Amino acid sequence: MSNETKDKKTPGKVEAYNAPGYQLTMLEKVIGNARANSLWPLPFATSCCGIEFMATMGSNYDMARFGMERMSFSPRQADLLIVAGTISKKLAPILRQVYDQMAEPKWVLSVGACASSGGIFDTYSVLQGIDRVIPVDVYVPGCPPRPEQILDGVIKIQELAKKESFRKRYSDEYKQLLEKYKLNH
Amino acid sequence: MALTNQQVATALSEAFPGAVLKTEEPYGMLTLEISKEKIKDMITWLKNDEQFKIHFLTLLGGMHYPDNKGHELGVVYHFHSLQNNFRLRLKTFFSIGHPHIPTITDLFDTANWQERETYDFFGIWFDGHPNMKRILNEDDMDYFPMRKEYHLEDATREDKDDRYFGR
Repeated sequence: MSNETKDKKTPGKVEAYNAPGYQLTMLEKVIGNARANSLWPLPFATSCCGIEFMATMGSNYDMARFGMERMSFSPRQADLLIVAGTISKKLAPILRQVYDQMAEPKWVLSVGACASSGGIFDTYSVLQGIDRVIPVDVYVPGCPPRPEQILDGVIKIQELAKKESFRKRYSDEYKQLLEKYKLNH
Repeated sequence: MALTNQQVATALSEAFPGAVLKTEEPYGMLTLEISKEKIKDMITWLKNDEQFKIHFLTLLGGMHYPDNKGHELGVVYHFHSLQNNFRLRLKTFFSIGHPHIPTITDLFDTANWQERETYDFFGIWFDGHPNMKRILNEDDMDYFPMRKEYHLEDATREDKDDRYFGR
């Protein structure tokens, strides 16, 4: 066991004991890392934040670097819901349905002032923040945010995915959260 | 021969005595206030008239003047005679307690969605409309948001301090 090494604290790597013929690590961390680096985003883009999001997807900012080569336009195969833009009250049930159709585990990134709080549209027809209808994991401020900010939000989602416990989605806390939004599972 | 405002105003007064309540010409556009009872007949007449040929409905919309007691709500019609290049604006007012007016969808198909929009925002019911329901706002909305008694802002927001927003 002389060449046994402990690979610790290396960014992007899973904490593991390496030795000839075997490797010891925690399944939770392997799965977390795999999930974090293969998030399939579902873009729910409605307005100018959506344009910034398109730039984020494009070759200059290249979201594919984060394991997001494929945008999933079907909620069934998506892990990350990216809501970019103003959501009107009439659109809210549709957003809710899209979220409901996504399989667990799922994360939500709220991009821009409108999605996060209604933004400048403090008016009767606009939903004052998507967290009124679905739970949100990370908020990205800005009107609209630059692609760098959206990438920062994505990296924060990746951190959440890496650290997430297996038990989280079965926990009472999570069930209560869904109960609060009247999302039944 | 181009139509003049005077010519049209005179012709309408003669065809419908007592129906024209008020005549104005803001920015040179003939604007007539018509009694609610005669508005449908007048639009039909204008469309079918051999000389005027008012064949195009540019716009139809609602109005709300809360201080105008007994005539709070109104509908404004903008017409265009393409052959004469003549524009005409008709207004009609009625009580908020009985917001009913005949539809003109049988004359102009384009009025269909515009009348639905007017119903959606002002609660004006167009009698005889084939599909009188909300068009833009969500179906379970319980008020008419363009009426003056309602604030434009979202009433459910708690994070805004009115002092900083000039209210």
